Amino acid sequence: MSAATDAGGDPAADGGDPAEGEEPATVTDAVVGALQESDLRIVGATMLAMYLLFLVLTVASEGIGPRTVNALVSTWVRLTFLFAAYSTLALALNLHWGYTGLFNIGVAGFMAMGVYGMALLSTSPDAVSGMGLGLPLPIGVVGGMTLAAVVGLLAALPALRLRADYLAIVTLGLSEIIRLTLNSATLSSWTVSTFGFGTGGGSGLDLPDTPTDALFAAGGPLDMTFPLVQTSVVRRAAWVVVMAVFVLLVYWLLRRVGNSPFGRVLKAIREDELVAQSLGKDTRWFKIKVFMLGCALMGLGGILWQGSQGFVSPNSFRPIVTFYVFVAVIVGGSGSNTGSIVGSILFVGLLFEGPRTIGSILGNALELGGSPGTFPAAVAPLGSLDPMPLLAYAVGNISAFRFILLGVVLVLLMQHRPEGVLGHRTETAAAVDLHRSGSGGETDE
Amino acid sequence: MSEPETNVPEDADVEAPDEPETQDSPVEQQAASVPAEIPLRVRNLRKTFGGIVAVDDASFEVEAGTITGLIGPNGAGKSTTFNCIAGAHTPDSGTVQFQGEEITGLRPDAIANRGLVRTFQIARELAEMTVLENLMLAPRGQVGEQLWKSVTPVARGDVIEQEAEIRDRVWETLDFFEIDHLAHQEAGTLSGGQRKLLEMARAMMTDPDMLLLDEPLAGVNPTLEEKLLDRIHELREQGYTFLLVEHDMDVIMENCEHVIVMHQGSVLAEGPPEEIRSNERVVEAYLGEDEL
Amino acid sequence: MGVNESLQRGRAAVRGKPFLFLAGVAGLVLLADLLARLAGVEVPITAERSFGGSLSALRFGGLVWNGIVVGLIFGLAGIGLSMTYSILNFANFSHGDLVTTGAFTGWGAALLIAGWGGSSAGHLLSVRAGSGAGPNAIGASVVQSPLAILVGVIVAAVATVLVTVAADRIVYKPMRDRGGIPLLIASIGVALALRYSIQFVYGARNRGVTATEGVGVPFYGVSIDLHEITLVIVAVGLMLGTHFLLQRTKLGKAMRAMADNKDLALVTGIPTERVVTATWVLGGALAGVSGYLYVLERGTIEFNLGWFLLLFIFAAVILGGIGSIYGAIAGGLVIGLVHEVSLIWISSDFNAAAAFVIMILVLLYRPEGLFGGVTTA
Repeated sequence: MSAATDAGGDPAADGGDPAEGEEPATVTDAVVGALQESDLRIVGATMLAMYLLFLVLTVASEGIGPRTVNALVSTWVRLTFLFAAYSTLALALNLHWGYTGLFNIGVAGFMAMGVYGMALLSTSPDAVSGMGLGLPLPIGVVGGMTLAAVVGLLAALPALRLRADYLAIVTLGLSEIIRLTLNSATLSSWTVSTFGFGTGGGSGLDLPDTPTDALFAAGGPLDMTFPLVQTSVVRRAAWVVVMAVFVLLVYWLLRRVGNSPFGRVLKAIREDELVAQSLGKDTRWFKIKVFMLGCALMGLGGILWQGSQGFVSPNSFRPIVTFYVFVAVIVGGSGSNTGSIVGSILFVGLLFEGPRTIGSILGNALELGGSPGTFPAAVAPLGSLDPMPLLAYAVGNISAFRFILLGVVLVLLMQHRPEGVLGHRTETAAAVDLHRSGSGGETDE
Repeated sequence: MSEPETNVPEDADVEAPDEPETQDSPVEQQAASVPAEIPLRVRNLRKTFGGIVAVDDASFEVEAGTITGLIGPNGAGKSTTFNCIAGAHTPDSGTVQFQGEEITGLRPDAIANRGLVRTFQIARELAEMTVLENLMLAPRGQVGEQLWKSVTPVARGDVIEQEAEIRDRVWETLDFFEIDHLAHQEAGTLSGGQRKLLEMARAMMTDPDMLLLDEPLAGVNPTLEEKLLDRIHELREQGYTFLLVEHDMDVIMENCEHVIVMHQGSVLAEGPPEEIRSNERVVEAYLGEDEL
Repeated sequence: MGVNESLQRGRAAVRGKPFLFLAGVAGLVLLADLLARLAGVEVPITAERSFGGSLSALRFGGLVWNGIVVGLIFGLAGIGLSMTYSILNFANFSHGDLVTTGAFTGWGAALLIAGWGGSSAGHLLSVRAGSGAGPNAIGASVVQSPLAILVGVIVAAVATVLVTVAADRIVYKPMRDRGGIPLLIASIGVALALRYSIQFVYGARNRGVTATEGVGVPFYGVSIDLHEITLVIVAVGLMLGTHFLLQRTKLGKAMRAMADNKDLALVTGIPTERVVTATWVLGGALAGVSGYLYVLERGTIEFNLGWFLLLFIFAAVILGGIGSIYGAIAGGLVIGLVHEVSLIWISSDFNAAAAFVIMILVLLYRPEGLFGGVTTA
C-alpha cells in the first residue's frame, strides 16, 4: 500500500519510468549541471508547496477513505500536466517577450499551428472527425513545430519592425485569423477533397494516441490493474513524464540560448535596438530567428498539451489561452527562464486550479443547496437578511471569480511588482564566467 | 597609413585586424578612390523633416588620426548630420564616404561593421544588462552570435573559447577606462558620467577605425570630463580618428586639431581652432549665444 | 563604387510599393467583378471559377447597408479607443468590455421601463438572465416603447462612464507614466475582471432582448428595419455631437491638442488630468452607447459581445490612423463594408478574417492609417 502511494506521489519520477528509462539520464544530468542550485530549489519548493496545498484541498473535499489516494494522485497528475504545459509555453513566450522584448500575444495561434500541423500529418486517414495522412508521430511533431515556425516567419518578416503595441495587435489578429480559418468547414472539406487531409472545421479533429498509451494497450508492459489508482490516472502520469522531459529539454535549450552571445544580442534588442545596431548587430536576423524558434516551441507546447488529449477543436485556441501564458510569465518575472517555470506553477496552482477546487469544497462544506439560477434571485433574499442564496450563487459561478481574480492579479502585478514574484533577477548572458580570469592579469592600462 | 589599430592596447582581436572589411562585401576591394588619410568624407548632405531643412548641403572631411570637432549653435544640424553619417537617418541627398566606400543610407549595423562606430548624445546604456554584458556585447563578428553555434554542443567549444578571449579584453578595457569597479553593476544604476565612459568603452570594444562621439561630455562632472578627454587623447595617439560633436566651445578649442562649424544646416567655416576663434562669421553666428 | 549597394537601396526604396500596386490591382479586379456580377455578366475561367456572375442590386444594397450599420458601431466605439490610444498612449484592451458594459446596463434600464409591471424588476434589470417573460412580451422596441429605448441610451452612456472613470482612478492613474506596454497589460487585466464581473451579474446565456413586432416596415418593396434606422440616427447624431464638442469647445480643443502632441499640451499648460478624464468620459460614453445600439440591431446579448468586437474596433482605429476620430469613423465604415460586402466572394467562415487581414496589412504598410498624413484629432 505505501509503495503504491509513493508511486503516485511523484508521478514524474515513477509513473512511466519503464518507458523513458534510457533517454533522460544524460539530459537530466546536463540540466542539473546547468541549473544554479538555488534555482532548482526555488522550482522544487514551489512545486512541493502546490502538491501540499492540493493534498490539503483534496482531503478536505474527499475526506479520508478508500478513494482518497486515487483522487489525490489524479489531482497531482493533473497539476503536473498543467505545470508542464504552461512551463513550455511560458518559456517560449519568455524567449520572445522576456528576452527579446517582442510582444507576441498570438501564442494560442502558434499552438494551434503546432497541433494541427502534427495532426494533419499523423492522424489516421479514417478518423471520425477530420482526416490526417497517418504518418509516424515524430514526423508529425517536427512537421507541426516547423509549420508553427514558418507561420511565425511569415508574420515576422514584415511585423518585427513594428512598435511593440502594434506587434501585439498584429499577433492577436493573426491568432484569431488562424482560429477562424481552422473553424471553417468549407476549408476542411476543400482540403479533404484536394489533398486528402482536413481540419474537421468546427467539429474538431481526432488526434493520434500518445506514444505512452501503447504501454497500457492489451499485451503491453503496463497492461494490468494498479492498486488504489485507476489505470487512466497512471496512463496520464506516463504522458506527464514525457512532458516533464520536454520541459527540461526546452529549459536547457533556452538557457543555452540565453547564456550565449546570441542571447546577449537579444537582451540588447530588448533594451535598445538602436544601440545593438550601432554596435554592428543586424537585429533583423536575430529577431526573425528568435521569433521562429519561439513559435516552434509554442507549437511544441500546443502538441504536448492540446495534442495529447485525443481530440482538438479550434475552441481550444481562444485568445484567453495566450493571456493565461502571459500571466504565468508575468507572475514569474519576464526575462527569467526559472521565473517562467515558477510563474507557471504558481499560476496553475493558485489562479487556475485552486479557485475551482476551493469553490467545490465550499459548495460541499456549506451545504448551500441549489444555487439560484440568476443574480437577481441570489440577491433578492438579502432583503430578508438571508445571504445564503448569494453565497450559493457565488460558489456556483466560481469560474467567473477565477477570471476576475486573474484580472485583478494582473493589474496588481503591473502596478506593484512588474518584475514578478521572484523579484529582479539577473541571468547573465554569457557563455563563460565573466569574473576577471586569473589573479587580475596585467593591470596596466 | 591605413588602419590605425595595430597599436591599440591589448587587441586580442575577434576578426583579423588587418582586414576588418573583407567579410562585408566584395565591393571594398576596389576602394581607395579617396586617399586613406581622409577616412570620412561628407558631400552635399541634405536632410529635411516635413518642411524643415535640418541639413542643407553640408560638405566636410575628417582627416585620419585627428580629433575633429563639429560645433554650431542649437539647431545648426549637427545631430542630424551625425545621424545621417551613422545611418540612423537616411539623407535626402548627398553622399557619405568612409574609407573610400560610399556608406550613404546603409543600415546602422552595416556602417558599424565597417568600423565607423558612434556613441549617443544621451547615453544609451543597456540598462538591465551589467557593465560587463554591455561590453561583451560589442565585439563584431562573434561566433556565438549564430544561434546554432550557441546551442549545438560541438560548436559550443569555439564559442566558449572566444567568450573567454573577449572577457579578458573586456577587463582590459574596463581597466583602461577605470570603470572596472563597476563591472558587475547593471548599467542602469550608473551615474550620467559613468554611462558616458561605459558608452565609450563599449564603442572601443567593437575595435573601430573611427569613432563618432555625440556630445561625450554632456552632463559629465569635471573630474570625469578630464578622464574622458585623457582617454580620447590617448587613443588618438594610438592612431584612432575621432569626430566629436560638442556644444561646449572651450572643450572643442582645447582638444581638437580641426574644427567644423555648422550653421543653419550647412558648414559655415572650418579650420584649426585658432582660425575659427577669429572667424567673424562664426562670431556672428554665435552672437546671442553665451560662448565666445 | 557599390553597384550592389545602389541596387539594394533601389530595392529598399520600392519595397513599400509592390504592396500598394498589388492592392490596387486586386481592388480593380474585385470592382470589375462586382460590376460584372451586378450586370449579370459571367465569364467562365475554370470549371469551378468564373469571373462575374449574377448579383441582384437588392442583395448588394442589403450588404452595403449592413456594412454601414455595423461600420457605424465600429466607428462609434472606435472614437473612444482612438482617443485614449493617442492621449494616454496605450492600446486599451478593455475597450470591448466597456462596450458590453453599456449594452447590459442600457438594456437593463430599457427593459425595466418597457416591461414595467409585466415582469419582475430583477428579471428585467438583469436583461432576462433567467427564465421569465420573453422579449416580445416585454416589448422593448422602438415601435412599442420608444421612451424606454431612449432612456436605455442614456443609462448605457452614464453607467459606462462611471465604470470607465473608476477603472482610470483605480488602475491607470497610478501608472500614468509607466509606458504603453505595462498599461496595455493592465488593461487586459481590467478586461478580464470587467467581462467576468458582467458574466457573474448577468449570466453567461446568450439571449434575445428586443421585441420584433412592427419593427420591419415595408418601404417600396424592401423591408426597412426601424431598429437599424434608429441606430444610424443615434450613431450619426453622436458623431456630429462629438465633432462639435472637439471643434467648438475649449475642452475639445485641448483634447485635440493632446491627441496631437502630449508634450506640447503639457508645455502650453492645458490641465492634462482634466483632459484625460474628459477623454475617458467621452470614450466610455460612446463605447457604452455603441454596445447598446449593437444589441438593438442584432437583438441578442451576451457577455462576450464586446470582446468579440474589440479586434474590429482596433481595425477601424488603425485604418483611420490612431488619434483621429474622423479616421476611426471612416475606418469603422470601411471595416464594416469589408465585413459584409466581402460575402459576395468568400464564405461567411472568412469575412471576419478578411477584416483582420486588412487591419494587419494597414499596420504593416501604412501604420499612420489609410487617411493619415492629415493631422486631425
